[in-house]
Amino acid sequence: MIRSEILRDIAPVIAEHLVVCNIGLPSQELHSIDDQPTNFYMLGTMGLSSSIGLGLALAQDKKVISIDGDGSVLTNFGTLPTIANNVADNYILLIIDNGSYGSTGDQPTYAGKKTSLTEVARACGCENVIECQAEQTREVLQAALDSNKMTIIVSKCESGNVKIPVITMDPVEIRSRFMKAVQS
Amino acid sequence: MSVNEKIVSDLVANNVNFVTTVPCKQLAGVIDAIEASDDIYHIPSNKEDEGMGLCAGAFMGGKRPAIIMQNTAIGVTINTLVTLTQYYRMPLPMLISYRGELGEPVACQVEMAVHTKALLNQLHIPTYHFHKEDDVNELDAILKHTFMCNKPVAILTDATFWKGY
Repeated sequence: MIRSEILRDIAPVIAEHLVVCNIGLPSQELHSIDDQPTNFYMLGTMGLSSSIGLGLALAQDKKVISIDGDGSVLTNFGTLPTIANNVADNYILLIIDNGSYGSTGDQPTYAGKKTSLTEVARACGCENVIECQAEQTREVLQAALDSNKMTIIVSKCESGNVKIPVITMDPVEIRSRFMKAVQS
Repeated sequence: MSVNEKIVSDLVANNVNFVTTVPCKQLAGVIDAIEASDDIYHIPSNKEDEGMGLCAGAFMGGKRPAIIMQNTAIGVTINTLVTLTQYYRMPLPMLISYRGELGEPVACQVEMAVHTKALLNQLHIPTYHFHKEDDVNELDAILKHTFMCNKPVAILTDATFWKGY
């Protein structure tokens, strides 16, 4: 399975929750598969999906899923200790780990080589870290939502992209629509 | 009331209830006062762009955020300020230690100080400079202005303001 197939598979599970989606193809794919007011699409700023999601989860009670990638987590490595030390049980970080920088042409990341993000997250102090194969992601994500415990999921999948148009929604519209969904 | 207590009191009076910090020697007292405040959720961040991401999420979750950092962070956060905070039109008061000004003992700090206002100007970020002790009396109005206009706003605080360190 590649990332877009995981997103298609988990779309029914995440539709009713607040989702912060990583820059580039992940946001474009989610927007194309199942656009929801509860989705916050990042149009810029690589690396901050996990940080935006954590801030959102700490600020209010609804469940928040940050969809991130291995390359983005590597870009913002400092996020994992911050997450570990500021526990929000309404927060799930889903790292779709395809071992490559997908949006820029599938250049390999270190997560696809020697570095295990699962072990790094545990070493940073994150208490519920689950590594799974792409095909198990939906089931693991649903269990994490049901557990009401902050959970980091590392979903190992194949690299690869589908042709998808860019998001042309205005950023203020994305943000405004999302904030109304947060408050509803 | 000490300057640190005054700053925290103005933050609380303006319902700023989510503050991320990256430390600087000049800011140690105000960071301690924020940590001690029952009205503010204090979340230290490891890098200032991470902190701005936390603030963006907290804002969308209904909180009023602020970031406390050193002016060197302007170099770290330009992309985040432009493509997140400004692009999505989010308010963010930035209380910034303005290192490299008069009284600075570390020569390297001057290298970033000479770029600080030019960068903020280039980014069209409203910028206020606290040099004298009384300048802190503008903080309340600056915070109101920030949440009125939904922009990142810089408050540069130099060594003369902090009376050395």
